Amino acid sequence: MTDIVMSPPVRRAGWIPGIATVAAVALYGWAILSAEEDWQVLGLLALAVIATVIGMVSGFGRSVQASWAAHESKLNGAALIGIVAVIAALSTQHFPLLMLSTMLLYFTASLGMNIQFGYTGMVNFAGAAFFGAGAYTAAVMGNVAWFPPLLTLVLGGVVSMALSLVLVFPIVRTTGHYAAVVTIAFGVLFKTFLEVNEILGGPQGLMVSSMRLLGWDFMDSPQIGGMKLSFYVNYALLCTALAALVFIAVRRLERSWLGLHMDAVRLDETAAACFGISVKKTKILAFLSGNMILGIAGALYGMMISFIAPSSFTFSDSLLMVSMVLLGGMGSPWGGALAAAIVILLPEKLQFLQEYRFLLFSVLVILVLLFRPDGLLPRQIRNYFPGARSRQ
Amino acid sequence: MTTSPLLEFTDLTKRFGGVTALDAFSMHLDRGEILGLIGPNGSGKTTSFNLLTGIYPATAGTIRFDGQEITNASPRQVYEAGIVRTFQRSRLCLELSIYDNIMIGDTSRLSQGLWANLVKRNSFRAEFDASFQKARDLVATFSGHLADRMFEPVGTLPMIERRRIEICRALVSAPRLLLLDEPSAGMTHDETDQLMRDILDVRARGNGLSIIIVEHEMGVIERITDRCVVLSYGRKIADGTYAEVASDAEVQNAYLGVD
Ligand SMILES: Nc1ncnc2c1ncn2[C@@H]1O[C@H](COP(=O)(O)OP(=O)(O)OP(=O)(O)O)[C@@H](O)[C@H]1O
Ligand SMILES: [Mg+2]
Repeated sequence: MTDIVMSPPVRRAGWIPGIATVAAVALYGWAILSAEEDWQVLGLLALAVIATVIGMVSGFGRSVQASWAAHESKLNGAALIGIVAVIAALSTQHFPLLMLSTMLLYFTASLGMNIQFGYTGMVNFAGAAFFGAGAYTAAVMGNVAWFPPLLTLVLGGVVSMALSLVLVFPIVRTTGHYAAVVTIAFGVLFKTFLEVNEILGGPQGLMVSSMRLLGWDFMDSPQIGGMKLSFYVNYALLCTALAALVFIAVRRLERSWLGLHMDAVRLDETAAACFGISVKKTKILAFLSGNMILGIAGALYGMMISFIAPSSFTFSDSLLMVSMVLLGGMGSPWGGALAAAIVILLPEKLQFLQEYRFLLFSVLVILVLLFRPDGLLPRQIRNYFPGARSRQ
Repeated sequence: MTTSPLLEFTDLTKRFGGVTALDAFSMHLDRGEILGLIGPNGSGKTTSFNLLTGIYPATAGTIRFDGQEITNASPRQVYEAGIVRTFQRSRLCLELSIYDNIMIGDTSRLSQGLWANLVKRNSFRAEFDASFQKARDLVATFSGHLADRMFEPVGTLPMIERRRIEICRALVSAPRLLLLDEPSAGMTHDETDQLMRDILDVRARGNGLSIIIVEHEMGVIERITDRCVVLSYGRKIADGTYAEVASDAEVQNAYLGVD
């Protein structure tokens, strides 16, 4: 230990590139969410592509990264403020707020998928089923007047987790493709079950009661200074809170011994086992916690769109969730956010593409896998305590 | 202190289909001993490590460690008993940092609960700091210049650094028995010497680490082992000091027969 030279004091990156990015993204988000004409949307998309290229070529991308690494919690806070600011700016418009909320819920779902796929390497092709399990839980519990809707969200997660128990044994015992096939089968079974089950509304589906919190019904429009806001403001704010909470939890999970175990299991099960890591326990934790997150997000989604049917939770939706992880970057939370935005926004904003949406995503995923195999915003090396590295 | 051997194989046998990789292999390892396990290619050296660490079940025979039978124990149980290994073909997680790779060797002994990992971040921090110091000290011993680069991905390091990191990962849990499977592959003579000195350094600091080393470099075997066991086609053909086995006619024959 005597021959170690202490590293020279490294100048910490400033926070300005980070803050500038947050502000730019928020402004951009507001612009694209409120854009209505195709040419506006296409123009904004072109702008995004140009800005990305310039950012990469000029090295600004790297300074943003450094800035984020040095001031992570502050910049995460700024991002949260940014989202709330966008909600405020859109506060009277139903449709953009609905889209933003959906994006936030898909972002939340991508965080759950990331635990399974990105960290632990377990592909889950039944994401939509577990999301749907949460939504159906919300529909059923909406009829139980005394049950607090906030707890319904938790219950949605619990039901989804309970359903995954059915799959745990086949999934933990089999590996690779077999486990993937098991989840495909489950997703298809789940949808078929909903379609034939009369109590759950059959193919027509069910109504879902709205969220109520402290006596406040989320269907009511908030009034501020005589201005009537869209009731979706309620949902957008709650979705933001949920996404933020799950984000913090998943971040901490990644930056813990449990997260390290997940990586070890993904990269080399045999070596992991030789160092006492329980491969089974790690996989079960990843599968259950990921599905719980999907269930919670699904429950809130059901309440928000107020009507659900089996056709909202198909295999293609599951594929979309997997592709979010691939697009954003395996194990990259912010990548999931970007991917969720792309996956939700593009088909909604470019209606003429609606019919080709799956073609579009396939092409996009293939392009990303070819040219940016680590995803649009690749995962960074694990830093357990960012901004406060162990004394060096 | 008991006089029973630390490790004992009795008639250990492994068949892969028609191939008998290990054939009634019996041997023992004394406490604190450094044993060379040598033999031509395909003679069953790696297979005996794989049986010992629970990667493959034995076809027949028994393994005892510290008086306990551990035949067909799971890799986890073997690790918990204090046996760790390196792999002939390096098995690090290339996209993870040096620190993460080394910690894989130790985290199963740290907090496992969700609460302790996610919520009680202050006590997690204390665990992190202590383990960081431990990992860094090891890296400082084996590759001083990497001690300040603990958060760089292992995939960017040259092969010989990876081998050193893999040994750090094995040593970080302060094991009782270290299994080295060709640790010096790809290293020059001087690098190998340095590596062995570093391993012995760490061993001298601890409490009587025993080592079994598989190695083709006979100079290394001669210098560091107390005793050698020679395998050929899965059978033990010699057991004794390096000088004894090197002069053994059957051993010379086995090596010449292959080369
Ligand atoms: N998983 C396996 N499946 C089938 N055969 C195997 C397997 N592992 C080892 N063998 C066979 O068992 C025999 C012994 O192999 P082993 O890897 O133990 O040899 P080794 O002494 O480590 O050789 P080397 O010096 O080349 O590393 C060989 O014939 C090998 O082909
Ligand atoms: Mg071998």
